[in-house]
Amino acid sequence: MNHRLFVLGKYAAILLWSAFVVGPFLWALTTSFKTAAGVTGGPTYLPWLQYEPSVDGWRKLFGATGGIDIVRPYFDSIVVTTSASVISIVLGTLAAYGLSRFEYRAGFVKNADLVFFFVSQRIMPPIVLSIPFFLMLQFLDLLDTRLGLIIVYVALLLPIAVWIMVDFFNNVPREIDEMAMLDGCTPFGAFARVILPNSLPGIIVAGLFCLIFGWNDFFFAFTLTFTQTQLLPVAVVALNSSVTPWWSLSASALISVAPLVVIAFFVERLLSRGNLAGAIR
Amino acid sequence: MSLSVQGLTLRREGVAHLDDVELEFPRGRLTTVIGRTLAGKTTLLRTLAGLLTPDAGSIALDGRPIDDVPAWKRDVAMVYQQFINYPNLDVFENVAFPLRRRGVAEPELGNRVRATLAKVGLAEFQQRRPSQLSGGQQQRVALARALVRGAPILLLDEPVVNLDYKLREQIRSEFRGLLTSASGAIVVYTTTEPAEAMMLGDTVVVMHEGKVLQRGSPAEVFERPASATVAEVFSDPPMNFVDGRFDGGCITVAGAAPLAAAGGVSSLRPGDYRFGIRAKDVRIDAASPLSGRITFVEVSGSETFVQVDTPFGALTLQLEGIHDFSLGEPVPIALDPRRLFAFDRAGALVGAPSR
Repeated sequence: MNHRLFVLGKYAAILLWSAFVVGPFLWALTTSFKTAAGVTGGPTYLPWLQYEPSVDGWRKLFGATGGIDIVRPYFDSIVVTTSASVISIVLGTLAAYGLSRFEYRAGFVKNADLVFFFVSQRIMPPIVLSIPFFLMLQFLDLLDTRLGLIIVYVALLLPIAVWIMVDFFNNVPREIDEMAMLDGCTPFGAFARVILPNSLPGIIVAGLFCLIFGWNDFFFAFTLTFTQTQLLPVAVVALNSSVTPWWSLSASALISVAPLVVIAFFVERLLSRGNLAGAIR
Repeated sequence: MSLSVQGLTLRREGVAHLDDVELEFPRGRLTTVIGRTLAGKTTLLRTLAGLLTPDAGSIALDGRPIDDVPAWKRDVAMVYQQFINYPNLDVFENVAFPLRRRGVAEPELGNRVRATLAKVGLAEFQQRRPSQLSGGQQQRVALARALVRGAPILLLDEPVVNLDYKLREQIRSEFRGLLTSASGAIVVYTTTEPAEAMMLGDTVVVMHEGKVLQRGSPAEVFERPASATVAEVFSDPPMNFVDGRFDGGCITVAGAAPLAAAGGVSSLRPGDYRFGIRAKDVRIDAASPLSGRITFVEVSGSETFVQVDTPFGALTLQLEGIHDFSLGEPVPIALDPRRLFAFDRAGALVGAPSR
């Protein structure tokens, strides 16, 4: 009897939590199919019964009058975010491995100082960085381009990638690298064949961090691009007019969050395969 | 045919980890390197493996210098004191790893891996990950990986030190068989335990503060330790030392009655010496005029270790059987004069018990 109660309680808790998590999505989904009348008419959830569904909100995202065309910004966002993340992870992982395994010294500057230097790049608030970034991109003729944004994002993401990965590599015993070398790997071979596969959880965490940051950034996308290149968060803001179009905003919110949901789904599968979680004890 | 080391010196931050080390490791023999922690044992192995670059000196295999050969081309296999395996690979792939790097293909690869795993008693664990094995099994995986490619140089850095007592005994006795069957290989095994060195080694090398103090057969080093430091390192519990005077017939130590000299020390020239005696050669003897107070008692297996505070310093006694003493209890003790070692002021051996 007790056991049955426990199971019942467990499912009740899961149900409650699911409602809590899924609720806002449901709200956004229903709102995206409403019109002004449907939104102001109180909390309604059942189409046709409680409100008359309309695809106007969605149409406004795909070039209808008074709306925007979300396809290009969406594509730009994907290109900029994935490129910046991949570059940051590749360079960050290599830099972090070097900082974790080899000793550098230039005067009083040692490895720990270098790591702090990387992290310190993120101490400054974005507003302080915006003007130098603007001037630099202007000088390079890269304002309002995807490449310009990618460079800026790499500058912002690399410190975090290095920082996360240094900590991760420091927790992988050096003896494993040595063992790999004694087993016939060159130093780079030891890194690629042995250390990298064992650091996958760290790489995934750092990669997710980069992707989420890049995808969500509004500030730099707003200050460094104008018409030729536009990222999703900036494009969505353009939807605003004297009347807040909750229906279109809801639709764009759902579209914006979709890639992150897909990534989270796969990462969860990957991490729960056990061999990644706790590969190094 | 051997691995020889000449003038090997390695200093880090002013500390000598290797200090002008000259050694020869013959093929087909097991050399144990014994020393306390920080004696330079691990540094020696890591330098032999090519993982550390010495400040001076050279290493040669069969007469050919290998100083410029990087670790991944040196063909040295090593087992660490930590259980180091590849966490993301299963047992089979862990052992297959060095073979794959050398381009060994199936079916030879599979046969060699399976044969080696059978040898170390892990045939049924091929699909397990290292983290799913016990410490002893993990260390056997590491040993199998070191053995599988038949490397001409096999280095073992205190491989059993992190195992519990029972397992240590078991693995140690297995090692003896496995290592001697690594036919023709140069095997170097480091340890802090004299018993291990006695049991395994064909040759013992005693190291202290980066220097090689003595090299010889286990019996030789045990019976004729070149210096007081060697005697300390190669005795468990460490040898007792008492400063005293030999007048040609008797030995006098501070505050104690003279002891008639016998054995090796009776032929010494009169003078001041440092006398050494092993813990098992100090007895409790009611007839003895020497006495002290018990400060520490430890029962280990079928023996009792007792520390006694005497007018001439603290002595450790190793007594057969289990004894019940209370702390502070006075006990009469006797030093067996035939079992005394004598060292000069510089610490060099000048007299030893006859064999």
